[in-house]
Amino acid sequence: MSSILDTLPKIPLAEWVDDAMKWLTTTFRTGFDFIKINGKWLMESTSDLLMAIPPVVFILLMVLLAFFASRKKLGLPTFTLVGLLLVYNQGLWPQLMDTFNLILYASILSIIIGIPTGILMAKSETAEKIIKPTLDFMQTMPAFVYLIPAVAFFGIGLVPGVFASIIFALPPTVRMTNLGIRQVPHELVEAADSYGSTGTQKLFKVELPLAKSTIMAGINQTVMLALSMVVTASMIGADGLGRNVLSALQRAQAGTGFVAGISLVILAIILDRLTQSLDRKKQ
Amino acid sequence: MEKIRVENVSKIFGKNVKEALALVKQEKSKTEILKETGATVGVYDTSFTVNEGEIFVIMGLSGSGKSTLVRLLNRLIEPTSGNIFIDGANISTMNKEALQKVRREQMSMVFQNFGLFPQRTLLQNTEYGLEVRGMPKAERREKAEKALENAGLLAYKDQYPNQLSGGMQQRVGLARALANDPQILLMDEAFSALDPLIRKEMQDELLELQDNVQKTIIFITHDLNEALRIGDHIALMKDGQIIQIGTGEDILTNPANDYVRSFVEDVDRSRVLTAENIMVRPISINIELDGPKVALQRMREEEVSLLIAVDRHRNLQGYITADDAREAVKQGQKDLRTYLHTDIETVAKDTLIQDVFNVIYDARTPVAVVEGKRLLGVIIRGVVIEALAKTEEVES
Repeated sequence: MSSILDTLPKIPLAEWVDDAMKWLTTTFRTGFDFIKINGKWLMESTSDLLMAIPPVVFILLMVLLAFFASRKKLGLPTFTLVGLLLVYNQGLWPQLMDTFNLILYASILSIIIGIPTGILMAKSETAEKIIKPTLDFMQTMPAFVYLIPAVAFFGIGLVPGVFASIIFALPPTVRMTNLGIRQVPHELVEAADSYGSTGTQKLFKVELPLAKSTIMAGINQTVMLALSMVVTASMIGADGLGRNVLSALQRAQAGTGFVAGISLVILAIILDRLTQSLDRKKQ
Repeated sequence: MEKIRVENVSKIFGKNVKEALALVKQEKSKTEILKETGATVGVYDTSFTVNEGEIFVIMGLSGSGKSTLVRLLNRLIEPTSGNIFIDGANISTMNKEALQKVRREQMSMVFQNFGLFPQRTLLQNTEYGLEVRGMPKAERREKAEKALENAGLLAYKDQYPNQLSGGMQQRVGLARALANDPQILLMDEAFSALDPLIRKEMQDELLELQDNVQKTIIFITHDLNEALRIGDHIALMKDGQIIQIGTGEDILTNPANDYVRSFVEDVDRSRVLTAENIMVRPISINIELDGPKVALQRMREEEVSLLIAVDRHRNLQGYITADDAREAVKQGQKDLRTYLHTDIETVAKDTLIQDVFNVIYDARTPVAVVEGKRLLGVIIRGVVIEALAKTEEVES
């Protein structure tokens, strides 16, 4: 079967990407190694620290946090207590801590990168035109694909896991920061300008405070997406609950898979409610 | 003394600026220009001067470019061409730092929808201008508190804007502007979002303020009555151009062209004004709570011989006269409801003034203005006649 379409030679797209990857890996070897070694050290220290906290203390701290975050209502603290006890009871505490570690770094780095990017996007039409399609690309490309460069750059383990999670989890924070700032009523922006505010004053005194709710919604989404990357990241050797899910899948163990899955759900619900209440608290 | 001079200032929004400017010169209308070039004429070739200490009103219908014009003065909108001088300094060529200094120290703006920052308390709102200047906290607090005190709102300083009525919010907006002690106040439809009674009150306050502090005020409005009431000079705008500048008297007696004439004729007050525009604050008592002694006390205080009776929800019930109240006191009656008269005339708030006139002609009491059953205000005979008389002045 030949068609007119076949007369065109195949564009070596895959080869190009491979070449680019190779170039990146060799050119920035030192940089990647630096991040890899220090990142690994940092995350392992955090992991050791988290494991050094007696589970009882950790659970109590989380319950207290939930109690104050939910403005002294009892629902969330009770759920936190029961949920975390269940995870401990199932012998998944070390995995939970590793997962928590992964999410912590992925989320914090996403926020550190995401908010300034979002601000840039809100302030410059050119930046928006470039960043918006990039974000679309980042969100629609299957998450597994990110594992390949992650491994190429950083080997296996938690660090490439964080890298892949950031790419996947970053967009909501960027988008919502952009949206939040653009949604600030025009009259308030004019008011800030008319009193002679500098750009920085306007940003910190008017725009960011007014965009706060929207930005917090974005951060919440980022945390949730980071959590959803846990299983994917475990494929490249990131420790944690994801690995249990993955191995249960490979061995067709429904029970083990369910227990690890439900532990992830418990963590997700706690983190979701906590990040949501951060916003409500100050209003 | 001349404070502000605007020379041939134009603002064209959009891309084909040159073509649009050429079309304006051919006296094409705004819509035609938009159709042909895709550019919108905001303001075209506008020149005027404002003297120190006067209230200069820029008036026009919506879309006439008046809000754009006021924003050109502090360059919230960049002019396409032309020069703007304040105390001889050319605003339109200033660099960013110099412009910031002018905005911080020389002119403050008051906005139609108040422009208050919702996450800041009234005090924090009021000190905003001083804060961005970098004034130390204690000093700016003191000034902001002083400004709020002058606005009669010091007690509310720790509240947030959404906890206040529109009138109070705009008082804060004005206090914020005055806290900066600017020489120039830019007021963009500052009272347009307020209801008529409050608006009138704010106009009076502004005039009183002007007697005390002597700012140079640029006041934007679409309301000719407001313009006539407060303006030392009035500029009338249409399609981005100033058609006539003069005192209120000039504009009413010598309209520059047919447009101005028709605009002025539109101020046939009896046709335009409704009950809402001429009503005054009702002097009322809560018939469910207040007894005859309270009623008499209030009549003495307000120097009236009749009170409008309402219930707890401000629904109109009727009226009580001084004789009734005295009688009730004599009889030792505590409840005034037995003395209530219900033969009071009512009109809806959007009733036209000549219809109000027909009602009030026979009425023995003030006419109540209601919305549903709720009492909004009252109309007294003198006011209607005064309003109609003004109409004739305008028309003649």
